[in-house]
Amino acid sequence: MYTQSFNVPDDSAPKGKPSVAAIEPPELMQKFDASIDADGRIEPQDWMPEAYRKTLVRQISQHAHSEIVGMLPEGNWISRAPSLKRKAILIAKVQDEGGHGLYLYSAAETLGTSRDQMLDGLHSGRAKYSSIFNYPTLTWADVGVIGWLVDGAAIMNQIPLCRCSYGPYARAMIRVCKEESFHQRQGYEALLVMMTGTAEQKAMVQDAVNRWWWKCLAMFGPPDADSPNSAQGMRWGIKRISNDDLRQKFVDATVPQAEVLGITLPDPDLKWNEARQHYDYGQIDWDEFWATVNGNGPCNKERLSTRVKAWNEGQWVRDAALAHARKQNQMKEAA
Amino acid sequence: MNTATKTTKALSEWPLWEVFVRSKQGLEHKHCGSLHASDAQHALQMARDVYTRRQEGVSIWVVQSNSITASAPDDKGEFFEPASDKIYRHPTFYTIPEEVGHM
Repeated sequence: MYTQSFNVPDDSAPKGKPSVAAIEPPELMQKFDASIDADGRIEPQDWMPEAYRKTLVRQISQHAHSEIVGMLPEGNWISRAPSLKRKAILIAKVQDEGGHGLYLYSAAETLGTSRDQMLDGLHSGRAKYSSIFNYPTLTWADVGVIGWLVDGAAIMNQIPLCRCSYGPYARAMIRVCKEESFHQRQGYEALLVMMTGTAEQKAMVQDAVNRWWWKCLAMFGPPDADSPNSAQGMRWGIKRISNDDLRQKFVDATVPQAEVLGITLPDPDLKWNEARQHYDYGQIDWDEFWATVNGNGPCNKERLSTRVKAWNEGQWVRDAALAHARKQNQMKEAA
Repeated sequence: MNTATKTTKALSEWPLWEVFVRSKQGLEHKHCGSLHASDAQHALQMARDVYTRRQEGVSIWVVQSNSITASAPDDKGEFFEPASDKIYRHPTFYTIPEEVGHM
């Protein structure tokens, strides 16, 4: 998985949020709040405030879109994997991402939005997905770095989502997290192998890390001070750990892994802070992040058009399967 | 290709199926998720690909989601409540002399 915990409205969403409590029936609202306060779980048939439902549909569908679009940069390398073993691993990983997309679309569907509606949001460019996939995968080392750092960052984000207050989302995330560990380990191991190779191969790994490191830090979303929606997500038990706290956890976990690998993380300000018992790190380029989120990253157009093309060219398969099912039914009825 | 045509296709979405997987012989089938498929055979194949890629199952059931009848959450009170005042249905309701030991 791959979500960035950004609370970015899709392009169709209204800018100003109405005050929720004011428009919902107070009695139902009270029951809902009590259930959330008791760390209870909300299931599809339970009453929930409209804003909670909308937030979940947006977050889960963005998450699902990210899984599906995330298949594209790695899919580029399936035919060029350096060995049959690496090819089989990469196919399995990309297949997992497709499955993760399915779990998540299913979870979002329980909130009353059809999968076709969500896909339409993605294909028309209204819906967001993780901006990390709007960067190119230039070399084989990028595939390893995506596993190690991008999936690593995603795991940090997703583990707290296993305790999300919405039951179907939490259950989907448990399944996703179980499979995600393979993704990170295969990436890291592929890099370890490259680091035992030629100087050129080592340089390739370092170059890929240089290009991805800052993008991965940005995946956790804007600093807490600039994330006004985070408080509501926390209140509802959708978000459990803040963007900055997750980012810090990721940095702390990654630095020793980089040392073992033998590469340098591209941040001159990165150093252990004895007083905080955490690593300090430098400034993230948020202007670049927002430019990419808003459609102007290096690969935004290419990713979306590849996705739309695949969907359109698969239309005859979907139609044929339905026609076959209808025909089977007719034959059964006639018999 | 443009995407404007897609709104008309909402009606042709494959139906939704619920998937139940038996993780090993001797255990019950357990609900594990849902998926879209054109018919039952298709649903079985998709369920195998999506939910049992790592030997998670030895048997799969699929049932179309709209065939399931579920109790409503508002029924919680009257539907399940009567059980709570029939505590004599639980073994702990009965006091047995200690010298009898485990029973």
